[in-house]
Parts: sequence; structure tokens; C-alpha cells
Amino acid sequence: MTWRAEAGRVGAIAWKDLTAERRTKANFNAVAFLGMLVLLLFGFALGPDTATVRGVAPGIFWLAVLFSGVLAFNRSYQLELEGGALESLLLYPGERWTIFAGKLLANLAFLLLVEVVIVPVAVVLYQLAVPEQWPRLLLVLFLGTVGFATLGTFYAAMASRSRAREVLLPLLLFPMLVPLLIAAAEASAALLEGDPMGNAGTWIRLLLAFDVVFLASAILAFEHVIEV
Amino acid sequence: MEATMDAARAPEVTRRTRFSILAWLWPVVLIAAQVYAFAISPPDRDMGDLQKIMYVHVPAAWNAFISFFIVFISSILYLWKRDERHDLLAASAAEVGAVLTALTLVLGSIWGRPTWGVWWTWDARLTSTAVLFLIFVGYLSLRAFTDEPERRARWSAAVGILGAMNVPIVYMSVRWWRTLHQVQSSPSTVDSPYAWGLRANAIAFLIVLIYFVRTRYAAARMEREAEQRLDAAALAAGGYNA
Amino acid sequence: MTAAPVRESAVILPLELRQVARRFGRRWALRGVNLQVQPGEVVAVTGANGSGKSTLLRVASTAVTITAGNGSVFGHDLRRRPASVRPLVGLLGHAPGLYDDLTVAENLEFAARMLALGSPGGAISRALELCGLSAHAGERVRTLSSGWQRRVSLARLWMQTPKLLLLDEPYNSFDDEGVAIVNRLIEEARKRGGAALLVTHSLAQAAAIMDRRVTLRHGVIEEGLLPQLHDAPASHDGARSAARRVAGAQATLELS
Repeated sequence: MTWRAEAGRVGAIAWKDLTAERRTKANFNAVAFLGMLVLLLFGFALGPDTATVRGVAPGIFWLAVLFSGVLAFNRSYQLELEGGALESLLLYPGERWTIFAGKLLANLAFLLLVEVVIVPVAVVLYQLAVPEQWPRLLLVLFLGTVGFATLGTFYAAMASRSRAREVLLPLLLFPMLVPLLIAAAEASAALLEGDPMGNAGTWIRLLLAFDVVFLASAILAFEHVIEV
Repeated sequence: MEATMDAARAPEVTRRTRFSILAWLWPVVLIAAQVYAFAISPPDRDMGDLQKIMYVHVPAAWNAFISFFIVFISSILYLWKRDERHDLLAASAAEVGAVLTALTLVLGSIWGRPTWGVWWTWDARLTSTAVLFLIFVGYLSLRAFTDEPERRARWSAAVGILGAMNVPIVYMSVRWWRTLHQVQSSPSTVDSPYAWGLRANAIAFLIVLIYFVRTRYAAARMEREAEQRLDAAALAAGGYNA
Repeated sequence: MTAAPVRESAVILPLELRQVARRFGRRWALRGVNLQVQPGEVVAVTGANGSGKSTLLRVASTAVTITAGNGSVFGHDLRRRPASVRPLVGLLGHAPGLYDDLTVAENLEFAARMLALGSPGGAISRALELCGLSAHAGERVRTLSSGWQRRVSLARLWMQTPKLLLLDEPYNSFDDEGVAIVNRLIEEARKRGGAALLVTHSLAQAAAIMDRRVTLRHGVIEEGLLPQLHDAPASHDGARSAARRVAGAQATLELS
């Protein structure tokens, strides 16, 4: 295994997934619209009182990301199942974790682009003020999305092959995301208010630890779960 | 794996006698521990006798964590050695763990009702246990939806390992979350009048755990052996398992 | 069933399978296959639908794992060293295994990067030319007919230069030009000291190129009822094992 060859494979898979997605665009539009819809629905469900809604906005935003983003993961493997491409993919020489890394990068890029769309929508709907510490807020956004994409890509490798794929993926994935949801929502909420108690740092460190732990374990475990 | 009928192994009858001691030991120890705990502990100044529910709730929670630890170790061993006995042990521990977590949650809820007037308190331990319960349920659902034994074993092992690794992270994050938003808190479990009662019951529940896991594991082994004999017959004859 | 006695030979076999069995759920697709393929040999595999032919190829390629038994490709253990087997085999499956929304050229570019080829550009254009695809390089795979899609799969196989070719119905959906490309691919593998295993219904088309034929029946290799089209080559190391009836199962003869 040479690093250059493996990096080439990771890049090839990410490029392939993103190119296929760019050609159809069906996924992106659906996920982005669903994200916006969730934001809107929460607004309706929690009442028009601005103060209430602004207080819970960070949590709602992250839920919108989770509920809409979960669609992206099974679709990423659907791409392989349609033309029987998965079998060919598994027959190339090289390490199997490159498949995971490539798909992870593609899913991450996809989710970040979706967030580019729904963040402004959330700011508008919930009347959020862009805080001074917005770079740190972007960091929280990024770290949260990385963790989400990592576990989503990992579990979808199994769920997409199962007969109950729509229900199995959320069932496996969402309990695992609890620490991420808490940390991301808390950090976002704190930063939106200027981080008065200095909590954001702790939550960011937790996000980072979460990402590192699960990125490493997913990469190590992936070869045991991907199969034709 | 032998493709002939005479490769069958005799069912391990000896196991039954070996842990039949446990079969009568566990109820005895459990009752003894409960009685002991009730006897030595005074009624709590706030909760009165309701506090006694702790002697099942807390040991159940601790042993659920032990179950999960068994799932974790067995899953790693399976991926390393590919011996399906490790997979069967993990599955057995997961089932018992799921029951223990459900028990913990129900009792926590029952405790909360008269104390705080609500069926659920978002306290750190209870909430973490709820997440743990859902992780167990996910693990068992995956097993239920996967028919191929080899695939099921590999996938459950991966899911079990990641799930188990998340348990301390879940616990930590929920606890920090709770300290930030102080609401109802759980009863302290470290005060000395209660500690001995808890320890006694923790051990009693550990014996319960061991017994149940071993019984479930023995059943799983027998199921698997039956399946393997069917396989052998199918290989020799028509190509289809009965 | 007894295994065919395996001769310790100095020759490293392109493919050797010993009592290989594979189960899908409750159905055993392969029930104890014994097969040896010699270097330079082209073996045609025939059999009824559902007899396990495709599974045989997929097992040999490591696309599908073995449930029982074992095998090796050029000496590399199929169960323990599948990663060493992969660079040596090339599988042409039933499905084209391509990405519909990418163009022909993009599919081959992807393959080249996955194969970590030294000079991908050259390899791709050569493969396109050899398979008559140069004119279609910019078209999306989705718009091609199944025959043309399979040509793209062939082009990919060209770039792989495998030593063991595993071809599932290679003459299906190909015109004469396509058939010629397939045969050329097989010849190239042979020249490299490799071998080929072809699953085919059409013995007529395979006759020109194959050395021998085996028949799969219910997941086991048995001698066909029809006489072989060629005699077994004289250099063929062989041993016949005795047939044995087990619990009313059909008798099987293993040729190794």
C-alpha cells in the first residue's frame, strides 16, 4: 500500500460520487428543500413567539441538518447498487478504507453545501443575529457535520444493503449522534449569545474528540462491513 | 466445516450441570441482598421508603453497562478470531443488557413520579441509559434484519464496538449538559448508609446477569449447531436447507 | 464427498478450488467444487440456470467470500489473502458495473485511478481504441445500449491486464466485433501465462478458444452427459476420484 496510490483512490471515489451527484442534482435539491421545510415546520410547531423560537433555534437547526442529511447517506450507496458497480468497486486492488474515506469526503462536501443553503434560511426564519464569534460558529458547524457524515457514511454501508433501509439507518445512527447533537447545539447556542460563560470551548473540544474517535474506528471497521 | 453427517458434535450436556448451581443461586442471592439492603438502610429523609427502589434501579444500570462491556470485548474478539462463538456471546449479552436497561428506565421513571411529580427526569444517568437502550435496540434490530449468519456476525461486531465506545462519551456529554441546565437531580448513591446495600445488590445482579447470559448463550449455541447440521445435510443432498 | 487428491505440483495454478461451498441464506449455490485450472488453459463452464456458474466466478474473483472449503489463485489463498488475489484477476460480470451518469471516458478514468495505473491517459486511449469506443468516449453510459456498455467493461478489463480472466457469458450481447475483442483479451491473458474461466451457454462460440469444458450441476462440478468437445490435453495432470453416494445425492465425478 503506497500512500499516493491510496490517496489517489480516495480522491477518485470522492470525485466520482460528486460528479454523479452534480449530473443528477436530484439529491441535493431534495435534501436542501427538506432542510428548509423542517426549519419552517418547527417554526409552526413551536409558535410564532420570537423569543421562544430564537432560544431553541440552534437545536432546531441541528435537527433540520440531521433529518434532511440522513437521506444523503443511503443514496450514496444506491449509486453503487444501481449498475452493479459495487462488485467492481470491491475488486480493485487497494485498501477498502479508501472507499469509506472517498464517500465520506463526498458526503461531507454535500452536507456542507446543503448547510450553505439552510443556514441563511435559519438566520432569517428565527431572526438570529450573526455573532462576533462567527468563525468559531463555523468551526462548530464544520466539526458537527464531520461527525455526522462519518457515522452516516459508516452505518449506511450496512443499512443500504438491508431490506429495512429507511428505518434501520436512523435507528442505528441517531442514538450514536446524541453527544454530537448536544455538543453542537450547546456550542452554537452559546456562541450566538457571545459565549458569556465560556462554555463553547468545552463543547468544541468534545466535538473534536467525538470526530477523532469515530473517524478512526470507522476507518478501521469499514472493511468488515462493506461487501457485495 | 465438515460436509458429512458424522461430524456432528454432541450437545454440551455437561454445561447444564455446571451452571445449574447458578440456577438456584441467583434467586437466593438476589432475595438475600434485597432483604439485607432493606434491613440496614434507614428511610431516606426526603423520599422515605421509595428510596428502596434504588436497590434494583442502580444495580440494574451498573450491570447493563457490564453487558455492554461484554458486547464490546466479544465483538472485538470476533473480528479478530472470526470464531462465531464470540458473536453468539455478544448477541446474548446484548439481549440481557437490553432487558436490564429497560428495567433501569422503568424503575427510574417510577421513582421520579412520586418524587418530582413527573414520569421522566432528564437526569444524567437516566438519560444516558435511555440512549444506551436505543443503541442496544439498534444493535438487535440490525441482527434481526440480517439473515446471513456471517454477515450478521461481522456487522453486529462493528456496530457493537462503535456503540460501546460511545457509551462513555454519551455519559460525559449528558452530564455536562445537565450541570449547565440544573433541573431535577438523581438521588446520591454514595452516602454510606446506602453504599453497602447497593454493593450487595450489585453483586446479586451480576450473578443474575451471568446466569441469564450463559443460558441465552447455551441456547444460541444449540440453535447454531442445529443450523450447522442442516447445512451439512443440505451440502450432501439437495442443496437447500430444510 | 471426498476431495480429489491434490497433487503437490511445481506449477503454480492460476486457479485451484478445493471443496468450495457458498451459501446465500438457506440456498447453497456451490456445494463442494473441486477445480484446477492450468496455466495457459481456457476452461468453459456450462450448466443449467441456477447451477452456480456465476457464483463460481465471483468466488474465484473474491467478490464473494467462501463459506466452506478453500482455494487459491496463483498460490494466494482466497480466504486469507484476498487482497493479494485481486490484482491478478479480472471479472466480467453480468451487470456492466459502471456508473450511469458518468461518461465512458470518466468511467475508465475512475478505473485507472483505482488501479493506480502509471500512465492512465495512454492506457485509457489504448483501451478505448481496442474496444472501438473512441467515438463514444464523451457519452454518458446511461445512453448506451447494453452491448456497448459491456464494451466499456471490456475496455476496463484491458486496462487491468489480469492474469486470470473470469468471464460471465462473455459472448452475450456482443456483435462479431465484440466477440473478437473478447477472444483477443483471452489470448493476451494466455500469453502472459494466465488462464481464463468462461461461463457460457454458447459452446459454439467458445469452441474455438477453449481447451476444456466442465459442467456445474446443483453447485458441484460433474462430467457432462455429452462427450467433451476436446480430449483432455496430454500434459494435463489428472486424477480421477471415485464417486460416492451420500444419502441419495447424485453421484459426482471430479476431474482435476
